[in-house]
Formats: sequence, C-alpha cells, structure tokens
Amino acid sequence: MRFKAMIHTSLKKSVLDPQGQTTLHALSTMGFREAKSLRIGKAFELTLEAADRKKAETCIHAMCDKLLHNPVIEEYSFEVQELS
Amino acid sequence: MKTAVIVFPGSNCDTDCFHAARDVMKMSVEYIWHKDRDLPKVDLVIIPGGFSYGDYLRTGAIARFSPVMESVIKHAGEGRAVIGICNGFQILLEAGLLPGAMLRNKTLEFICKHVWIRTEENLTIFTGKIDIGETLCIPIAHGEGNYYCDDETLKALHGNSQVVFRYTSRDGKVGDKFNPNGSRDHIAGIVNKKKNVLGMMPHPERASEELLGSSDGRKIWNSIMNALE
Repeated sequence: MRFKAMIHTSLKKSVLDPQGQTTLHALSTMGFREAKSLRIGKAFELTLEAADRKKAETCIHAMCDKLLHNPVIEEYSFEVQELS
Repeated sequence: MKTAVIVFPGSNCDTDCFHAARDVMKMSVEYIWHKDRDLPKVDLVIIPGGFSYGDYLRTGAIARFSPVMESVIKHAGEGRAVIGICNGFQILLEAGLLPGAMLRNKTLEFICKHVWIRTEENLTIFTGKIDIGETLCIPIAHGEGNYYCDDETLKALHGNSQVVFRYTSRDGKVGDKFNPNGSRDHIAGIVNKKKNVLGMMPHPERASEELLGSSDGRKIWNSIMNALE
C-alpha cells in the first residue's frame, strides 16, 4: 500500500527560535497586531510503500529518529494518509 | 605525526587545514574522501569547516552518515584524537560524538571575524601547551554556531571539565557583548568525556601564521603534536 505522510519538525518550546522571533517582530512592525507568537519549523512531504498503516507509522518514526529530526533541539509530528 | 583531513562534498576549509598541518606544522597529512570506508591508521583526524552537503536538512546532519564517519567513530572510540572545526564541530554533534546541538546565530547573521576565546581547560591533548585563562585570537566564520544543550548536559560538561574554550574579551572577561552567536554559557569549544574529541567553532587553521593576522591557532596544533608525538 502507498501512503503519503506530512511530517513537521520544529524547535522544542524550551529552545529559543531566533528566526521565529525576528519574523514575528517583522509581522508586528507591519501592523499585524494579531500575531502573538510564531515558531518556524520544517515540513516534509513523503510518499512511502508499506504493508499497512501501522507499519508505515513505525517506519516514519524510525526515519524521524534517525535523520529527519534532531532530538536535542527539535520535536516532530506527522499525519499519514492512504493513497488510492 | 600522521593526520587525515576528511573531505565532504561542500567542505571548504580542507585545503587550509591541510596547509596548516603540512606546511606550517610539518605533520604528515593526507586527504580522505568521505566515501572511503577505510581510514588509514592516523594519530589525528581533522574534520574541516565548510558547508557539507550544502547544510541541507541541518548542518552536519547528512555528512554524519557518510561512509567514512563509521571509521571516524571507531577511531574516536579507540581513544585516538579527532578535532572538528566549525562544520566539523556540527558534524561531531550530529554524530553524537559530542553532546548538544547548533542553532542559528542569535542575530541571524553569518559572522566572519576574529574573536577572542579563553582557554578553560588544559588537561587535554588539544590545550596542554596553553595556560588556563590564556586568551587566543582566532577567526570564526559561521551562521549556525549558537551552541545549545539542556541544563543537565551543561552541568555535566562543567562537572567533567569538558568546556575547553569560551568567547570572552581580549583580557578574558565573559559577557554577552563578547559572545558573537548567543551560544549557551559562551561556549566556543568542548571535548567529549574521554577528552580525545574536540569540537570548536573558531578556525585555528586560519590563525596559524602571522601573515594571516594571528598565529594563536598554532598553540593548539603545538599542544596536539606535543601530546601525540
């Protein structure tokens, strides 16, 4: 079966995000007073083959742990969708 | 003394390291391409600066999985010396040979200038010929040198005397205005627990000759040669 996964990584809440802070500051100086906080992360759009959804999820966890995120500073989450 | 300089696609300080080691310090040096699985028996491995794999994903994250890194990890595991400079430091962090991680510089700018670093430990093979408290003038050139680790790791680094260099003023004063990138506790360089692996953001290979504005980097090369020869 073929799946599509949207994986998100971002800096942990306890880690300062200078890019996010600078961008938030830029938004507020442009007049967007609605903007209250901003964190910048990465998005990965991955297509993968797996026997079932559970195996796909196990595989994505392994990919995130080994390469896609750095557990010292980042956290990750993902959503999996079955492709017909 | 035998030295290997590892070359990744995107390394750009490999030639400088080779020059400092061979022409200035008279070491026997060879380049090792990142695809070589076999690392010859050397006393010192230098992982040079640059932008390995274009800094894609995270600095050092892809280089860490290059074939040669298995041999570098084995070399370090046997207690032999490794120095990672700038991107080399980032690769050592991603490889787990050193604790912590790198963040974007606090100012978001790429910073290229001479800075002062203070020697915090000299019971290492990298600093044995330098006095504790001695400051060195060495250039930095990086966009992601903002060293980060959690409280527990920082406590362990200090407890095990692993913090080797910190950014300071010329006369050794610590302060935010002397810290170019926002690194935790002003850290510029650390060693592993066994003290045979050093990672540092400043470039000693670019400060090994008076012609280049400073030769303080030679104190590090001298310490290494003194310890290993």
